[in-house]
Amino acid sequence: MNDFGAAFTRAFELIAAFDADLLQIVLLSLRVSTQAVLVAAAIGLPLGALLAVYRFPGRTPVLVLLNAFMGLPPVVVGLVIYLLLSRAGPLGELGLLFTPRAMIIAQAVLVTPIVAALGRQAVADAYAAYHEQLASFGLRRPVMIPTLLWESRHAVVVAVLAGFGRAIAEVGAVFIVGGNIDGVTRVMTTAIALETARGQLDLALGLGVILVSLAVMVNAAAMGLRALSARALG
Amino acid sequence: MPRDGLPGSDNPLLPLAVAGVRLRLGGTDALDGLDLHLAASTRSVLIGPNGAGKSVALRVLHGLIRPDAGTVRWAGRAPDRALRRHQAMVFQRPVMLHRSAAANIAYALRVHGVPWRERRRRVAEELDRAGLAHLARRPAPALSGGEQQRLAIARAWATRPAVLLLDEPTANLDPAAAHAVEALIAEIHASGAKIVLTTHDMAQARRLGEDVLFMHRGRLVEHTPAETFFTAPKSENARAFAEGRLLL
Repeated sequence: MNDFGAAFTRAFELIAAFDADLLQIVLLSLRVSTQAVLVAAAIGLPLGALLAVYRFPGRTPVLVLLNAFMGLPPVVVGLVIYLLLSRAGPLGELGLLFTPRAMIIAQAVLVTPIVAALGRQAVADAYAAYHEQLASFGLRRPVMIPTLLWESRHAVVVAVLAGFGRAIAEVGAVFIVGGNIDGVTRVMTTAIALETARGQLDLALGLGVILVSLAVMVNAAAMGLRALSARALG
Repeated sequence: MPRDGLPGSDNPLLPLAVAGVRLRLGGTDALDGLDLHLAASTRSVLIGPNGAGKSVALRVLHGLIRPDAGTVRWAGRAPDRALRRHQAMVFQRPVMLHRSAAANIAYALRVHGVPWRERRRRVAEELDRAGLAHLARRPAPALSGGEQQRLAIARAWATRPAVLLLDEPTANLDPAAAHAVEALIAEIHASGAKIVLTTHDMAQARRLGEDVLFMHRGRLVEHTPAETFFTAPKSENARAFAEGRLLL
């Protein structure tokens, strides 16, 4: 228990001192997860919107699959991306394995189903409310999509934040495809795993505190937006 | 008041010919052989008891719902997407986009291809006509029910439709708000639009209607000038309804 208290004290000292190693790890985490979420949003939001607006044969199985993919195990995603990017794999020539780009790809794959599924729900609600009016304006369904995304903007941002929360907190995928190389691909979650194994509890705890604070801030932002949109709907 | 791409003073979408329209919704015949003919650019009031099929009929006229059988022809053309752009519909619960009152009107103008320089001027004009100029920057969903309905009508009229369809435009409004809405509708009609509105309010039908279409159980029972309908309705059902008797 004494160890624990001492580790906490040193952890806060590291944070307060803007320890260079710590800072680099935090910034890489933010960079990788932010870019992964941008990619996921660019793919997931239009995909979700199309699923919300169109009825086609086989739509229900697609939705079931999409919802199931929200819970994809990160290690499995990591393994598949690893196989694709490894020297002998189909994308091996790109030389991406053990780079931040590989980590962005893995996290984007992990997060796209989350953004798509939550985005689909948001756009489906907007479609129910607006499709008659927009059809009355003479709009075709693909043309409605930007308007529907904008009208459900608060829920869409919540979907993206949920994706960010998932990306920044996962270990398995970035560990496998990034390799946890010091100064190159070491992010908060992989560093915590390593430092804990090495018994360096102060650095691990310091990163843990930052990670939890980030998660709290993201959730607070999502809740704030929900309250804002509830007020706007009056 | 020139209309976008619609020359001449005669209404280019008339006559409206509806023949044998049937539509089953949720296991009942919402429309059961609807026939009607509208030739003049009057204020037509579609009246009848709840469940007569008024709202559904309006949606079918506008092309939002495709009937199971029968035809709808506006000057010989089916109400497809291209034709819909020369009409506008105002729904019973006004559909407000989550943006300012001014932006709601600007949106309708934009999707109708009005260039942005002109949009600004027309938005101000329409808000002014609807008595909403002082609320231009207010988020539309935060407006009162009457203000929202007036904004919905102003937005519909902004694109200068040849036909304006209104579904129970004052159903949830207090008398003062309803009066403002009726005045706006009358003004739009005076500017040259054909008006078709549904109501179950006899007093409103008297105030606004030039001709009355009486619907019962998914069919048109009679179509007469307003004064005839209110003084000497032809059918027994219409007489019962006009006298305020319960109609089943």
